[in-house]
Amino acid sequence: MNVLELREVTKAYGEGMAQVHAIENVSLSVERGALVAIMGPSGSGKSTLLTIAGSLEEPTSGEVFIEGAPLSTMSHNEKARLRRQTLGFVFQDFNLLPGLTAAENVSLPLELDGMKAKKAHTIAMSMLGEFGLGDRASHFPDQLSGGERQRVAIARAVIGNRHLLLADEPSGALDSVNGEAVMRMILNACKQSGVAAVVVTHEAQLASWADRVVFLRDGHVVDQTVPPPTPEQLVHTAQQR
Amino acid sequence: MSVRHALLGLLSEGPKYGHQLRQEFEERTGDVWPLNVGQVYTTLQRLERDGLVESDDTASEGTQNVYRITGAGVDELGIWLHTPPDLTSPPRDELVIKVLVALRMPALDVRDVLQVHRRYLVELMQQWTRLKEDEGEFDFALALVVDSELFRLDSVIRWLDAVDGRLKRAEIEPPVAVPELPRLRRRLAVRR
Repeated sequence: MNVLELREVTKAYGEGMAQVHAIENVSLSVERGALVAIMGPSGSGKSTLLTIAGSLEEPTSGEVFIEGAPLSTMSHNEKARLRRQTLGFVFQDFNLLPGLTAAENVSLPLELDGMKAKKAHTIAMSMLGEFGLGDRASHFPDQLSGGERQRVAIARAVIGNRHLLLADEPSGALDSVNGEAVMRMILNACKQSGVAAVVVTHEAQLASWADRVVFLRDGHVVDQTVPPPTPEQLVHTAQQR
Repeated sequence: MSVRHALLGLLSEGPKYGHQLRQEFEERTGDVWPLNVGQVYTTLQRLERDGLVESDDTASEGTQNVYRITGAGVDELGIWLHTPPDLTSPPRDELVIKVLVALRMPALDVRDVLQVHRRYLVELMQQWTRLKEDEGEFDFALALVVDSELFRLDSVIRWLDAVDGRLKRAEIEPPVAVPELPRLRRRLAVRR
C-alpha cells in the first residue's frame, strides 16, 4: 500500500505572466518500508514537493494522498492531527527546541498528542537507547554534536508509530561519516519499522542509500533509478574487471 | 594497483608464506581484488631478484619458502607510500569527450545526455552503498574500498551538475562567442 501518493501535483506562485511553476504535474508513490530520495539542483522544486507532501502547503492542482486519504478533503484540524500522528519531519538545521533536553524533544510529539508525560518519557528513552543516544538523553541540544542533534531529530520524527518520514537535506550540515549515520538510521526506520521515507537531497552519496532515486529538473520528474542488483552481483562484476 | 608494494607492506609485519600473502592481500582489500598464486610467486621472485625480499632457502623440496622483507625493501616501501601517484595528465575521460561532442550537436538536448549518465552513476553508487550497508560495518577494509569508489563516482556526478549549471547560466547570459575546442594545453603552457 502507498503511504504517500502525489497525483499530477502542480504548485504555481504568482499570476499571469509572472506565474512560476515550482513543480508541475508531479506524480510519485512511496510504499510502506521504502526509502525514496529526490535529487535535483537548487530551484528544481525538491523542497516544494516535500512541503506539499507534508500538508504544509496546498498544491495549485492535483491531489496528495496519505495512506489513501486525500489531503484536499481534510479540515485544518485533521491535517494538524495527521502531522502529529502520521508524519515526521527532519530538517537540515535539526529544529530541536533549545530549552528542552534530548529526551524532552523526542517525547514532545507524544505529549502534544495527549499522552501522559511519564509514559511519553519512557518511550522516548527507549527510542534514544535504540539509536545509541541513551547517554545523551538529559543533554540540551547545544551540548550535543551536529550528528547527535540530527539523530535526536530523527528519533523525534519517527516516535509514536509514525508512518511517513519527510526529510529535507537531513545531513546537509554534517560531515560524510555523520551523514552516513543519519541515512543508516532513516534506512533502519524503513526496513525495521516499515516507515516510508522521502529524503530530499542534492548529494548523490546520500541519495545512494535510497531504494529509488527520483530526479527533478525545473519542477518536473525527469527520471528515476531502477532497483540495483544484489551485493553478490556487484562483487562478481568488480572481480571481472 | 601495485601488487609488488602491497606484498612488501604485508611482509613488513613479519615473515610469511606465499599462499598466506595471497590470502591476506585479498582480505585486506575487501575481497574486491582477486590475486592468483602464480602472480604472487612471480612478484616475489622479482622482489627477491631486486634484493627487496629474501626467502628461506633452507626449505626442502615440496615445502614452502618463507619470505621476509629486507632493509632495502623497507626503504622502497616507505618511498612508495609517500610518493603521490601520477595524477598530472590532462583528463581524457570518455564521459568528458561525450559531453563535449554533445555540446556541438544543436539538435540534441545536452541535459538529457547528462541525465542518462547521472542516473547510471547514481545506480552504481546505490550498488556500492548496498555493499557497505550489508558488510561495511564489519569489514573496515571493504568500507574504505567502497568509500573510495563512492567518492570517485560522486565527483563525476558533481562534474555533470557543474555542466548543467554552466549550461543554465549560458542560457541566461549567452556567451559572446561560441567556445571552440578547450584550450587546456595552451592555458597550461601560459601558466608555466
